[in-house]
Amino acid sequence: MTGHPLRIGFIPLVDAAALIVAVDKGFAAAEGLDVTLVREVSWSNVRDKLNIGLFDAAHLLAPVAIASSLGLGHVKVPIVAPFNLGLNGNAITVSPALHAAIMGEIEGDRFDPMATALALSRVVAARRKSYAEPLTFGMTFPFSTHNYQLRFWMAAGGVDPDEDVRMVVLPPPYMVDSLASGHVDAFCVGAPWNSIAVDLGKGHILHFVSDILVCAAEKVLAVRSNWAEKNAEVLAALIRAHHRAVGFIKHRDNRAAVADMLAQPQRVGVPAEIIQRTLAGWLKISPDGAMRESSRYLVLGRDDAERPDPRQAAWLYAQMVRWGQASLGPDALKAAKAVFRPDLYDAALGGEAGAGQTGSDPLGAFAGPAFDGNDLPTYLAAFKIARRLP
Amino acid sequence: MAADPSPKIVIVDESPIRAAILEEGLREAGFAGVTHISEMHNLLARIYALDPDVILIDLENPSRDVLEQMFQVSRAVRRPIAMFVDQSDTASIQASVDAGVSAYIVGGLKKERVKPILDLCISRFNAFAKLQDELERTKSALEDRKIIDRAKGILMKLKGLTEDEAYVLLRSTAMREKKKIGEIAQSIVTASELLK
Repeated sequence: MTGHPLRIGFIPLVDAAALIVAVDKGFAAAEGLDVTLVREVSWSNVRDKLNIGLFDAAHLLAPVAIASSLGLGHVKVPIVAPFNLGLNGNAITVSPALHAAIMGEIEGDRFDPMATALALSRVVAARRKSYAEPLTFGMTFPFSTHNYQLRFWMAAGGVDPDEDVRMVVLPPPYMVDSLASGHVDAFCVGAPWNSIAVDLGKGHILHFVSDILVCAAEKVLAVRSNWAEKNAEVLAALIRAHHRAVGFIKHRDNRAAVADMLAQPQRVGVPAEIIQRTLAGWLKISPDGAMRESSRYLVLGRDDAERPDPRQAAWLYAQMVRWGQASLGPDALKAAKAVFRPDLYDAALGGEAGAGQTGSDPLGAFAGPAFDGNDLPTYLAAFKIARRLP
Repeated sequence: MAADPSPKIVIVDESPIRAAILEEGLREAGFAGVTHISEMHNLLARIYALDPDVILIDLENPSRDVLEQMFQVSRAVRRPIAMFVDQSDTASIQASVDAGVSAYIVGGLKKERVKPILDLCISRFNAFAKLQDELERTKSALEDRKIIDRAKGILMKLKGLTEDEAYVLLRSTAMREKKKIGEIAQSIVTASELLK
C-alpha cells in the first residue's frame, strides 16, 4: 500500500528537525503519507515553489508566510501555518574584532542585550568620528526573524539599522566565509552556522536571540490556504506526524539519534556533534572554548511550542510596519494573524493538543512596552527609531 | 522620439558554460547589452553598478535571496519586480521554475519585451540540462564499456571462451538476474580482485 504523495521543501537547518524526523523515523508513513523531502538552497525558491504548487508544504520562515499572505513585495498567495516547527534558535555572531570593540565599551553584564546594544552604539559613534566604513550585519532574508531581531536589538541601544550600519542579506552557507573575509562584521542566523563560525575561530556568539525575545516564532510548517481547505484530512495527518516527531525529538535520550538523522548529507549535512550541541542548548560561544547553556536557545516541541499563536504573527507584522515593509491597517493585521492557525492544530490532535503559550505577552522582549497585538499604534509609537511607510 | 534601446540584461550564474550558452542566445536574438556575473561576493553592489533592466538568475543559486533585498525601499534607487509577481502567465512561470531559472524585471520594462527574453532563457536552460544529461549518460556508458571489456577478459581467460561467447554469457546472466550488463560485469571484476 502506498501513501498519499506529498512534496515538502526545506532549507538545511536544525529547525527542520520535525519534518526530517517525521519522514525518516516513519511517523509520516504511519499516518498514510508518502513524503518526499526536497532540499532547497534559498527561501525564495521555497516560497515560489510552494506558491505555484510544486510543493504541497514547506519549512518556511514565519514572516515569509505572513508577507506572502499580505502580498508584500511579491505575489499574494494566502498561506496558513498550522504547526510551529521551532521557536528561537538564532544567534548573533560577531567577528573577533567587533567582539573586542564591544567588550571594550560594555558597562554591565555581557549577556544583557541592553548593555551590548549601548556598547554597539558607542562603537558605531567612534567609527563615524574616525570616518571608518559603517559596520555591516548579515541576515538571511528581508522578511526574516533574523532581520527583525537584529534591528530590535540595535535600535534599543540607539543604533538606526538603516542609517548607522549596513544590513545585507546573505545565504546561511555563505555567512561564515563572509565573516572571515571581513565582508560582514556580524550576522544573525540559525543553527548550525553560529557554532561553525565559533569552531573555526572566526566569530564569537554575542547573543542567543532568546536574550532579545524570550519566545519568538521562527519557522512554520506552511501550506497554501486553498490547499488546506481542499486537503483537510491530509493536512491533519501531516500535523499528527509532526506532533509525533516533535514528541520524539524532545526526549533527551533521543538526541543522539535525531542528530544522526539530521547529519545525513541529503538532510542538514553537518556533523552530528554540532547538531547535538544545538539540540541541548549547550553552545561554545567563543573560540577560546567558553561555553554557554540556555534551555531557551532553540525550543523544539517543549512548552507546547508547536501550537501556533496568532499573537506571534501580530508581532511579526508589527515589525514589518516598524521597518517600512508594510502599511499599518486593521485588515492587514487581521490577515497576518489569520496565517497562524491554532484551530487546525487543535482539530488534528483533539485531546492530544497542547495548550500553547500562555501569559499576556508571550514574546517577552527585553526592551520597549509589553506587546499588545490589539493596539499596534500605541505599541509602535513607543519606538523612536522606525521607518514608517507614508 | 528615440528608438527603444536594447534592455540591459545581467545573468547571475556560477556555471560559466550555461551562462555562455544563454548569453550567446540572447545576443543572437538581438540583445546586445548582456553581462555575466559569476562572483557572488558583493552581488548587490555589482548589480547596482550595472543598473540592468532584467536580471536572470538560476534557481540553484543561494544568492537568489540576496536579490530579494532589492525589493526593500531603503537605498535602492530603482526597484525590481520579480517575474512571479505577474500571475497572469502561470504557464511561463511554471516553465521557468521547471527549467531552473528566475527573472527579475527592474523599472518599467513592458511585458511584451520581457516575454521573448524569458522564453529564450527557458529554452537555453532546458538545452543545457539536456546536454548535461547526455554527457552524464555518455560518461556512464563509457565506464560500462570499460568494465564489460575487463569482465570479458576475465571470463575468456578463466573459462577459455571466445570474446563473443563471453559477451553472450554476460548478457544472458544479466537477463536472468534482471540486472544491467554493467552491474554483472562489475561483480565479476570485483570478485576476481578479491580472489587474486
